[in-house]
Amino acid sequence: MNFTLIINIAVNLIRARLKQSIIAAVGVTFGIAMFITLLGFMNGLNNLLDGLMLNRTPHVRLYNEVKPSADQPVLISKDYKNNTNFIESVKPKDRGREIYNSKAIINILKQDKRVIDVAPKVTAPVFFNTGSIEITGVVNGIDVPAEEHLFKVSDYIIEGNVFDLNNENNTIIIGKGLAEKMLVKIGDVIKITTIKGGLVSLKVVGIMQIGIAEIDNTMSYTSLRTAQMLLGESASYITDIQVKLTDVLMAPEVAKEYQAKFKIDVIDAQTANSQFETGSKVRSIISYAVGITLLIVAGFGIYNILNMMIYEKMDSIAILKATGFSGNDVKWVFISLSLIIGIVGGLFGLLFGFGLSHIIDIIPFETASLPTIKTYPIDYKITYYVIGLTFAVCTTAIAGLFPALKASKIDPVEIIRGK
Amino acid sequence: MSKKVLETININKYFYDPVKFRVLSDITMSINEGEFVSVVGKSGCGKSTLLYILSTMDTDYEGELFINGKSLTKKTDKDLAVIRNEHIGFVFQFHYLLSEYNVLRNVMLPGIKLAKYSMPEIEHRAMEHLRTLDMAEQALKSPNQLSGGQKQRVAIARALINDPIIIMGDEPTGNLDKKNSDMVFEIFNNLVKERNQALLIVTHDPDFAARTHRTIEMADGRIIS
Ligand SMILES: Nc1ncnc2c1ncn2[C@@H]1O[C@H](COP(=O)(O)OP(=O)(O)OP(=O)(O)O)[C@@H](O)[C@H]1O
Ligand SMILES: [Mg+2]
Repeated sequence: MNFTLIINIAVNLIRARLKQSIIAAVGVTFGIAMFITLLGFMNGLNNLLDGLMLNRTPHVRLYNEVKPSADQPVLISKDYKNNTNFIESVKPKDRGREIYNSKAIINILKQDKRVIDVAPKVTAPVFFNTGSIEITGVVNGIDVPAEEHLFKVSDYIIEGNVFDLNNENNTIIIGKGLAEKMLVKIGDVIKITTIKGGLVSLKVVGIMQIGIAEIDNTMSYTSLRTAQMLLGESASYITDIQVKLTDVLMAPEVAKEYQAKFKIDVIDAQTANSQFETGSKVRSIISYAVGITLLIVAGFGIYNILNMMIYEKMDSIAILKATGFSGNDVKWVFISLSLIIGIVGGLFGLLFGFGLSHIIDIIPFETASLPTIKTYPIDYKITYYVIGLTFAVCTTAIAGLFPALKASKIDPVEIIRGK
Repeated sequence: MSKKVLETININKYFYDPVKFRVLSDITMSINEGEFVSVVGKSGCGKSTLLYILSTMDTDYEGELFINGKSLTKKTDKDLAVIRNEHIGFVFQFHYLLSEYNVLRNVMLPGIKLAKYSMPEIEHRAMEHLRTLDMAEQALKSPNQLSGGQKQRVAIARALINDPIIIMGDEPTGNLDKKNSDMVFEIFNNLVKERNQALLIVTHDPDFAARTHRTIEMADGRIIS
């Protein structure tokens, strides 16, 4: 088959009916532009919300869970090997939450090629004393440079500087909610009671705000050393090892591997944040559904216009057939015609979609709870553009197929006799 | 004896709508190379119907049809399209040109489809045909800028582009005045003389028919002479 000729005929048919063809293409353009904008915007928001959680949670976290001993005596007994065991009598061992041999583990992790960086942490539940009230909260002892590298904590510090934690011992950065409740500002000294009963005074060197009230009301940061001191532990005391990977998608796999290797509890980001994933998935599905509906509507537009065109072009089809074009050739003329409309409309759709996304991207969007966000978030993922164009081509091909089949079956004798 | 370019054996055709009705009965005929044949008969006797069958556009018939010695019965739509493209030139009563293309392109189209020659060659040949038909000046015009006679000449040029073995016409002069009609006859006559072309032309014009080599007369779906 001579495709240059067939496409040439299709182009000439479009030219002869330029207005209708443009209207059909505009339908596709609109559908695709909306699809791209909607997906970009929705997923921009998704990423923002996920980021709120995920950027600050490690991809893989190693810790010690307090749990009953896995080796219950009944299981060891040979007599009951084939029975189901309901008796668990051995209570959690007092291993504490300390990770043993943490230095060695960190060194091994740092050598893993999939790992970007490792940040050790000490978490300790504490009470913040204000007046006669004690507010429950958490102290996170962090290795400041590592934490900054992995989670960019400085983004969330609204007053003060994280590195002050290292410059001075016995200093603390507290959540904004906590600061407001306790009526403290930078330079003030607060009192903390540890769960073992110790009372410590720490100087506030910063206020942080993450944007999630629950966290801002309870969270605080100190240096690793301060936290260890708070708990009366040695400098090797670590409760969490946080790992960031080059690709977050590897996290579940890597987590399993570390669990087996270090005989320690390991959780991956996906498992830790599964409820966020569900939310983003639903939002994605909605935006895809709306986008695809728009494209299908555009497809019907093409179908209508092509059908009309075929009625108008009956004579031309009859001439083509009489001069030696087969039904198949005629079919391909109309399919190409439809594809040209689809591809041209689709490409413009991508362009307008990008433009529209860009306009949304520069609209200011400032909320107190999201200090790092200045404009509406947009996701410019290339996948949406690929899906958009693919879908435009598919819809137009299908919309063109039925009219094209009809055209291929037109009997030239009937048309010629009809004159 | 010269070669048979077209032959039919016992062709019958029926229409079923509104009642079963035999349009063509036992049509057996043949046309030789270089023969100029006209078909005449009363309106409604089945001339056009026969021509559509001979031109392979209508395949719903009984009997056998040979073009260039090859049987065309039971060939696929695709094969028939190729045969129409390569071996048959058709001129309709109404010009039937593609309004999307200019005159030159219209003439070239079946040639481009056949793709036997290169594009410049097809263009050259198309121009040659237009020149012999005295239409070279109008080559770049759109078909709807032409007069009826001019359109008919373009259609003839288009029918000639692939050097068909037979040219068929259904009242090609039906819409033309005497002068134009004579001109078309002259063109046909020259084709026969110069290229040994076979021609099968349906006409209502007794003068036209009288000047051809042979006249087939039809009545009620039969050949009567
Ligand atoms: N599609 C059809 N269905 C039923 N009958 C038809 C159909 N087409 C043509 N006929 C009938 O077949 C007969 C032959 O028609 P045809 O067009 O071949 O006549 P014709 O000889 O070309 O006439 P004219 O000289 O007027 O062009 C006519 O009686 C016509 O009514
Ligand atoms: Mg007729």
